[in-house]
Amino acid sequence: MAEPQPIHEHAIESLRFIRDTMERATAFTAVPGWGGVVMGATALVTAAISGPPDDTLRWVLVWFADAAVAAPIALAAMSIKARRSGAPLSSAAPAYRFALAYVPPLVAGMVLTPVFAMTGLMARLPGCWLLLYGTAVATGGAFSVRVVPIMGLCFMALGVVAFASPAAWGHWFMAAGFGGFHMVFGIIIARRYGG
Amino acid sequence: MARAVASPKSQVPRPSHVASPAPAAKKSTLELDRLIHERLRLGIVSALAVNPRLTFNDLKRLLKTTDGNLSVHARKLEEADYIAVDKSFDGRVPRTEFRLTAAGRKAFEKYLAHMEALIKAVRE
Repeated sequence: MAEPQPIHEHAIESLRFIRDTMERATAFTAVPGWGGVVMGATALVTAAISGPPDDTLRWVLVWFADAAVAAPIALAAMSIKARRSGAPLSSAAPAYRFALAYVPPLVAGMVLTPVFAMTGLMARLPGCWLLLYGTAVATGGAFSVRVVPIMGLCFMALGVVAFASPAAWGHWFMAAGFGGFHMVFGIIIARRYGG
Repeated sequence: MARAVASPKSQVPRPSHVASPAPAAKKSTLELDRLIHERLRLGIVSALAVNPRLTFNDLKRLLKTTDGNLSVHARKLEEADYIAVDKSFDGRVPRTEFRLTAAGRKAFEKYLAHMEALIKAVRE
């Protein structure tokens, strides 16, 4: 028969369990709803500025600028939301797990962007970005509330539709995805999961 | 060698290797909140401590448990007034949400303090 555990070891194990559960629960709802709404708003403005994809570097740079604005918004919103919950996001296992699932599709998008540009497919980048961003959200969202992977799947579906549609509609798909989906799902997440 | 008296899985075993346990540890053991101490209930309370509210399905996914298990343990916490349950409809789909009550948060904080006191007492 296994020897019973000394009481202090049991207490340490309980505290470890509590910490792990709180970290996982924080990561579970860490996706920032209001942050998503702001990111969506910036994407709508960007779509208006960029216009239809026109095989110029300008078009890509305008969207890179939007990504450069959106990333800090997302990080700040996640941090604020986690801090408000009383359990800041740490470098612990849940954060690593999320990053491991979320980052690879984004890296794939970064690799494919110059490939599309150099092979004369720049106007097809909206489909590529929507598809891969959706993949990142869907896989990262596997560790989150159900609405997050659903949002990822919606992005992926829109990416497929964008590939099948005329390239000139690209900015509308970008506006619908990075603008519309972020805002709609952002409001749902904010209302249901505390911001 | 450290030995402890065998006890049910849901209870903190009392150590027999300490001839005179520190008063704080003794007191903590006696006052341990058995309701929160059970692992799944502790998980429910811990998750709700960092989220204003969570749905039944969210908690089920987060704690990797079954409908029946979660229902039984959530009911016990609800009966103790540690958590509150809000039932509504999302369209036609029933939606059950849980949130930690003030009494539940206080009990959770007390439980944490007990665990810390136990560890501190043994280390001292």
